[in-house]
Amino acid sequence: MIILDKNTRCVVQGITGKQGSFHTEQMLNYHTKIVAGTSPGKGGQNIGELPIYNSIEEAKEEHDINASIIFVPAPFAKDAAFEAISQLDLAVIITEHIPVHDTMEIVEYAKREKTTIIGPNTPGIISPGVGKLGIMPTHIFNEGNVGIVSRSGTLTYEVANQVTDSGMGQSTCIGIGGDPVVGLDFADVLQRFEDDDNTAAMVMIGEIGGNAEEIAAKFINKNITKPVVAYIAGVTAPPGKRMGHAGAIIEGNSSTAASKIEALEDSGVYVAERPSEIADLIWELI
Amino acid sequence: MKIHEYIAKDIFKEEGISIPKSKLAVSPEEAKMVSSEIGKPVVIKSQILVGGRGKAGGIKFADNPDEVYTKANEILGSTLKDERVEMVLVEEKLDIISEYYLSIVLDRSAKKPLIMASMSGGIDIEDVAQNNPEKIIKYYLNPLDEFLPYHGREIAIKMGVPNSLITKLGAVVCKLFNVFQKYDATVAEINPLVVTVNGIIAADAKLEIDDDALYRQKSLVELEKVNKGEFAYVKLDGDIAVIGNGAGLTLSGMDMLKLYGGKPATFLDIGGGSSQENIVKALNIVISDPDVKTVFLNVLGGITRADDVARGVLDVLDATKHKVPIVIRLTGTNEEEGQRILKEAGVSYETSMEAAAKKAVELCKDII
Repeated sequence: MIILDKNTRCVVQGITGKQGSFHTEQMLNYHTKIVAGTSPGKGGQNIGELPIYNSIEEAKEEHDINASIIFVPAPFAKDAAFEAISQLDLAVIITEHIPVHDTMEIVEYAKREKTTIIGPNTPGIISPGVGKLGIMPTHIFNEGNVGIVSRSGTLTYEVANQVTDSGMGQSTCIGIGGDPVVGLDFADVLQRFEDDDNTAAMVMIGEIGGNAEEIAAKFINKNITKPVVAYIAGVTAPPGKRMGHAGAIIEGNSSTAASKIEALEDSGVYVAERPSEIADLIWELI
Repeated sequence: MKIHEYIAKDIFKEEGISIPKSKLAVSPEEAKMVSSEIGKPVVIKSQILVGGRGKAGGIKFADNPDEVYTKANEILGSTLKDERVEMVLVEEKLDIISEYYLSIVLDRSAKKPLIMASMSGGIDIEDVAQNNPEKIIKYYLNPLDEFLPYHGREIAIKMGVPNSLITKLGAVVCKLFNVFQKYDATVAEINPLVVTVNGIIAADAKLEIDDDALYRQKSLVELEKVNKGEFAYVKLDGDIAVIGNGAGLTLSGMDMLKLYGGKPATFLDIGGGSSQENIVKALNIVISDPDVKTVFLNVLGGITRADDVARGVLDVLDATKHKVPIVIRLTGTNEEEGQRILKEAGVSYETSMEAAAKKAVELCKDII
């Protein structure tokens, strides 16, 4: 497994909000090491048995924390992310609709501070058997040796479910986020799966927009020896229309599904035409 | 969200980028009038949001006012790339020494703003990018760093501009970056950026705003919204905002202001059947404009109900702490009710347009 392992001890930023409190409970039910929450002005209260602090600094005085998951609303997300980056090694930003100028600053600051950012606009990360920092349903995951990385949410669940149903499981599953600018990208995650002893094969789920998949294809060609199966959503999408995700818009030739599929196949990646083919392809490859 | 050229140019101008003399026109008559004011050959540019309008016939040159009329008449009401042309920008034709290209975009994979600049500007920049990519320089910006004038000069030097232009062009880059940041742009582009004897002028302006940032770009959203048909809105250079229901009445209100020595800051026609909510929107558009010192609301209710208007006015007065006085002329459908609502709230009103116009001019004078 990668990034989220038994040494990850997490604080929830924005824990008193509707999303924050609900998903904290879900994460705890999945035995994730959530040790505290923050909500400025609500320090000293509790949610269940979990203590709430006014700031990460305050929480760190009482607990050993190295990661954060952020549920703070978009207008305040940059502030929350900077607070996390200044003091922690990992920040998972669930929040959607963060202005892209804010995200660029978050990503650059994280690079300087050597903090790993997942998201924004991500379902999060799950390492079955260890825990999850995210909002994904857990029953579709199973411990195993397939690493999954994806730009989308529910499509990831679709694929993870099929991998599980076919009798395999996941080492770690990461949604990198649907926005135009995100922290970890495909190449970063694939490299970590390559280096991870518990991962035998990888699934990469892309979609129209940008050229992250094309860059990943080149990267795979050069650096990845383990088998990779890919799926690209949006083959029939019209150009120029934003398709749900802010990042999913065809602008020019490199952002079409056809271009991405071609680039991946040229790099020796097996590209599934349908999500349901993915599990079978992996069985053949490992 | 894509921004119309004429709005983008106003923004560029505010940030100190020179733009050509220009004015918006919605009819051939108006276009002709504008070109007479400009007094030299002009370019007539359709104000649509789809790209490639030049090649689609949406930009025409005219040497004299009669020709302007003919060509504006051809463009207005025509359909270019599925978009109907409702407005044209009539703009002085520049005496071009050279055409440059300057743009700032969001580079998704680098996760940073990217400046691209070239001395080979003009409509065929795509061909330059394809065939002579070395002629376009690329410069990445660190989103956490302040953009300083020397960054701009470095770009100008890399482009290869003459020494006499290095500082001037550097300043334009700097100002365009300010626009990019201040307005949460994903694209800010000037093509062509024209060198003339009078300096460097943005002959075109392309601006796209991040949809996720619209919550903090409200003034821009309002400007664009009103042009999607909710209101007919034109910004003028005076200090009294004129709002009316119906184009004729609104125009007439402007004329009355001028008669008493005032200067209109806006033409805003709220149209027929305006709701309370529409009144609030219209008032908010003009009172958020720092140039507006007084508002002249001129309503003669037909389908629009005076009581709705009165409630809308009170909503705005209650919700804002602004100090911009609103002079109200309120008559027509449901006027008794409308006037009663204002009276009870202690808000004064006029029943004649002239009296209201005069009052607005006097109030505005006192403010200065």
